[in-house]
Amino acid sequence: MNINKIQKIANKIRKRVLDFTLKNNGGYLSQACSSAEIFACLYTKIMKLKPFKKPLMPEPFNGVPSTKNKKYIPGYYFTSPHESNLDRFILSPTHYSLVLYATLIETGRLDEKSLEFFNKDGSSLEMIGAEHSPGMEVMTGSLGQGLSQAVGMALGRKFKKEKGKIWVLMSDGEFQIGMVWESFQFMSHYKLDNIIILIDFNKNQCDGPVKTVMQIEPLRNKLISFGAKVISINGHNIKELLKASKVKHINKPLVILCHTDACKGINELRKKEKLHYIRFKNEEEKKQYLYILKRLENE
Amino acid sequence: MNKIEKLSFVHRENLVKFAKNKKNILVLTADLTGSCEADLFKKKYPERFISCGISEQNMLSVAGGLAREGFIPFVHTFAVFIYRRAYDQIAMSVAYPNLPVKMFGFLPGITTPGGATHQAIEDIAVMRALPNMTVLEVGDATEVETVLDIVYSIKGPVYIRMLRGEIPRIFDKNLPFKLDTPRLLKKGKDVLIISSGICTEESLKATDLLNKNGISTTLLHISTMKPFKNKFIPDILSSVKYGIITVENHTVIGGLGTIISEKMAEFKINKKIIKLGLQDTFAHGASKNYLMREYGFDAYNIIKSTYKLLKINAPINKLQIKDSYINYFNKNLKPEDL
Repeated sequence: MNINKIQKIANKIRKRVLDFTLKNNGGYLSQACSSAEIFACLYTKIMKLKPFKKPLMPEPFNGVPSTKNKKYIPGYYFTSPHESNLDRFILSPTHYSLVLYATLIETGRLDEKSLEFFNKDGSSLEMIGAEHSPGMEVMTGSLGQGLSQAVGMALGRKFKKEKGKIWVLMSDGEFQIGMVWESFQFMSHYKLDNIIILIDFNKNQCDGPVKTVMQIEPLRNKLISFGAKVISINGHNIKELLKASKVKHINKPLVILCHTDACKGINELRKKEKLHYIRFKNEEEKKQYLYILKRLENE
Repeated sequence: MNKIEKLSFVHRENLVKFAKNKKNILVLTADLTGSCEADLFKKKYPERFISCGISEQNMLSVAGGLAREGFIPFVHTFAVFIYRRAYDQIAMSVAYPNLPVKMFGFLPGITTPGGATHQAIEDIAVMRALPNMTVLEVGDATEVETVLDIVYSIKGPVYIRMLRGEIPRIFDKNLPFKLDTPRLLKKGKDVLIISSGICTEESLKATDLLNKNGISTTLLHISTMKPFKNKFIPDILSSVKYGIITVENHTVIGGLGTIISEKMAEFKINKKIIKLGLQDTFAHGASKNYLMREYGFDAYNIIKSTYKLLKINAPINKLQIKDSYINYFNKNLKPEDL
């Protein structure tokens, strides 16, 4: 798949998330703006996954995991089967779920019709997904926990001498969490090199710009001092993303610090004070975004 | 007099023996390896030992990740540091996905002079409330030795209140830990005493003396806090005349006393219940015997409560309690006999 095609997929992800933000009268839109290229690259070129013959249609919510629940279907069925040479994907900030669903659709893993059930009662395509939601591998969303679980899996796969890697997408706000640094300390101590962390460094969090909520800088230097190999790139540049994913990182984890723009592709978002969850002030503003959607469709 | 046998470092040797041919067992610790008797495992199987440092939150989520890859992590640290420091991690990385992570919580209740920071006094209440979680508490050397079979056979997560160091052998070696199976140690008509963990040794002393003084007691030892579905429980609870006393090394909110109260309400058993244990208070740093006496859940206080229940006004000979020996209970007496 060439760069133009990947870019097209990224554009479609953005468009689809905007579409559902409008349909739901609000949503996690800026996350799609910042991470669309990261997701598109991961699912087309970067991760080693089993190709799908046709997209899958998810079942309704089948209950939570328990010894009694035999009907439980894990979300990773929509990513790839668990095979020793194949990769796994962990989405740590689960409010990015719609971006993940959109990616699965655009890459032929999830049936487009399934999104009719997005954020609907009794559906597994929840707004903030759980491990049963399409594409989800573990229970994340309590921020910071995704990384440590991924680290446990990476260590386990190393013990089993498996070739497959673990790819983790994290948000920048998560680097305010103590546990995340415990996790880096651990990866460094155990020289884990089968794990790659992509940070969607969009500089925004729930309360507003990261630097006003709690400063995380100098993030790159902190990560390096914790023993990681760090590559800083423009997270919207597909060529840079693909190149960074191939960087050698012997005996240490690789962090791809993706500098991104939370308003990428939708300039109108710059007028918003907070970008974490987009709401429309009035019908007029909604109309404006409907117009933007049309514009994106014609691009 | 029948002296109780005391054993030392039971888990230390037992863990190594148990894990020998079970290659999927990994031991994780947080800078308390020797303190949790995992040092011999570390020495024998270094490739299966994972030192996590003082970072319990990461340790519990890493354990979840390892379990997803087919391993059975045996997490060893002090009980307080498991459930207080890493509760969200246990809930979301371990309990929700129903993963076979086994958490060995050492120093339950007031078994440590470490004070409030080290004393796990509400762990049963907290862990019992988690869906998918099994909660166990060992009471003697036999249970320490045999709990591993149970822990290993359960598919989901297990939290164990574990004992270390010098431990008495109260139960026959040939009567292993059985899931959700209370041990009937004495059978009487007047009062039912239900105890768990280290409180059973005290309850044995107390019931021994009570029986000698003509008060007929039933003594039940509980080692599975969850699940608590044993079908003999309603019969046992309704089998005595005057009432029930629960004795636990835990706050009386959410632990054994609460479990029994819940069952009594469920089965419409209208009896007086006295809950001995920490009365909604933190404790402080002191010896186990002192704290059990001060906070009211040693043999002396069990007898005192029994007298209260029976409305007996008589002095209690403290010296007699100290000298009281423990009768090994009748092997054939099982809950099924009721």
